[in-house]
Amino acid sequence: MSSTQQVLAAGPPLSVKAPWRPPRHRHLHGSDFIWAIAFVVPYAAVFLGFVVYPFGYALWMAGKPSLYADLFADSSYLRTVVNTVLFVGIAVNLKMFLALLLSGFFLRRRWWIKALLAAYVLPWALAATQACISFHWMLIGEQGLVDRLLEEGLGIDGPLWFNDRWLGLGSNIVVYIWKWMPFWTVIFLAARLKIPRDIYDSAEIDGAIGASGFVHVTFPLLANLYLLCTMLSTLWAVGDFTTVYLVSTGGPGGATEVLATLGFHYAFDAANPALGVAAVMSALPVLIPVVIVLMRRLHTSEVRL
Amino acid sequence: MTVALAVQRPARRRYRRRRLTEAGSVLLAILLLIWSLLPVYQMLLIALDPEEGEIEFDGNIWPPEPSLEGFRAVVMQEARYLENFWQQFGNSLFIGLATMFLTVLIASLASFAVSRMRLSRGSLLTNAALLTYTIPASFLIVPYYRLMHGYGLSNSLWAVIAAQVAFAIPFAILMLQLYARLIPFELDDAARVDGASAVQLYLRIYLPLMVPALAVVAVYALLVAWNDYLYQAVLLSPRNSTLAVTQGQLFADIDAPWNAMMASAILYVLPPIVLLFALRRYVVAGLTLADDQR
Repeated sequence: MSSTQQVLAAGPPLSVKAPWRPPRHRHLHGSDFIWAIAFVVPYAAVFLGFVVYPFGYALWMAGKPSLYADLFADSSYLRTVVNTVLFVGIAVNLKMFLALLLSGFFLRRRWWIKALLAAYVLPWALAATQACISFHWMLIGEQGLVDRLLEEGLGIDGPLWFNDRWLGLGSNIVVYIWKWMPFWTVIFLAARLKIPRDIYDSAEIDGAIGASGFVHVTFPLLANLYLLCTMLSTLWAVGDFTTVYLVSTGGPGGATEVLATLGFHYAFDAANPALGVAAVMSALPVLIPVVIVLMRRLHTSEVRL
Repeated sequence: MTVALAVQRPARRRYRRRRLTEAGSVLLAILLLIWSLLPVYQMLLIALDPEEGEIEFDGNIWPPEPSLEGFRAVVMQEARYLENFWQQFGNSLFIGLATMFLTVLIASLASFAVSRMRLSRGSLLTNAALLTYTIPASFLIVPYYRLMHGYGLSNSLWAVIAAQVAFAIPFAILMLQLYARLIPFELDDAARVDGASAVQLYLRIYLPLMVPALAVVAVYALLVAWNDYLYQAVLLSPRNSTLAVTQGQLFADIDAPWNAMMASAILYVLPPIVLLFALRRYVVAGLTLADDQR
């Protein structure tokens, strides 16, 4: 057994401390029990009134099977499903992978890298609406900042970004990555800071330096966290409305719509709320398993964000 | 002689390799800086332009005559479409702060009861919270629109706040539960022996020790509200609107005074950035789940 494996086998995944165990169970009595209930009631009320009830209402609205026949007969719905899969699949995976790589870069102890981190997390704190509008203007075509820079800097005639389905979809993906990559980079950075130094030291003795250190040490240690974050991020990305609505505006001719924006258009522009709800509810068969896996993973494993 | 050479060569190679890595890091840093700041730069470029409708990039890296006219027009409420700037900014701020405050309060109470008071079946609550993410917030906009009439909250800022809080709390509870594991139960037990009540435990022990996690939750909740466009656009009437809605709806309007619009966008994006940098020490401690107790 190599020394790396020994260290890996000896220590708990990401922490040198003993794994956390729930405290021994003890029954609450009297006033404590009443207080505990009182503390939980506000959230229970919010959950029932503003999550469960609207959710039930949505299921009731989207209950008629004929709605789904209408949806599948609509070619724009099928195109939207493909767009949603591509948008979420590419944006989330590319974002998470780049975030994992960049978290290693920000691990370096240099004053200018620390300063850079402050600028790098700025997109996360920048309101989505305004950031998307800025990107929309930047990519607006020949007069946009990006095409002007391409023309003056490299002498290339930039494309009309929002006149083509794939360029529009690509623009949305890039903006989504821009906005959310910093958050996950910080999460991974935090996890990497917790990896004890001696694991790397012994890995180095075994010859795992640089890229091979990443493959054999860092990635196995972060794999669980990486998976959890990817699932959570997938759930959030499926619901992303602002990026598509404001960057490519769903154009040209609805070719870059995703489910969230299509449902909105059905409900408020085509005045067919039931069809709009049915369109978004059709994502449930994919979302529910992800949530179940996420919940089980969170319970069975030691999670340290 | 030969021995000295043999020792020197790997050293020189290592030196060259280090120089290369260094150069690569600098290059990557420059790329990341441009990548992160380009949209902000574009906003500034438009906002500082003295001309009203200039959204084109005219090849100047910096406006030849930068002017604060856009900002002045916004602050004095003279800009077209932005006559109600301060009212709308106030609405945004109210929604953001109420979301932040309620999320921190409700989530901390619930996770205190579950993780510190050993409420039996407490994990049900955490699971219920995560179940929220089965359905993304944007998917529920139509039912919300109808329900808010039923709740008597149509065109009320509270309708938006309720939606934001409901969808910000699950992550908040997750975050607080993870961080609470750092606080030893012996502290609670000791306070118990001294006769502290549940409320005192919450106020005197839980809240002060949880400050880093609460800071993360606060920034997160403010950003949830600040990023929102959909709920504010659908649930609020144009006369009682927010800045995000005004800017989002006019963005396709070529006639809008774009220097003023971008100036107002820059003013709008500041509060969360200020909060993040004000709380950065706690946010770092909270995210790294490190015991940063002074």
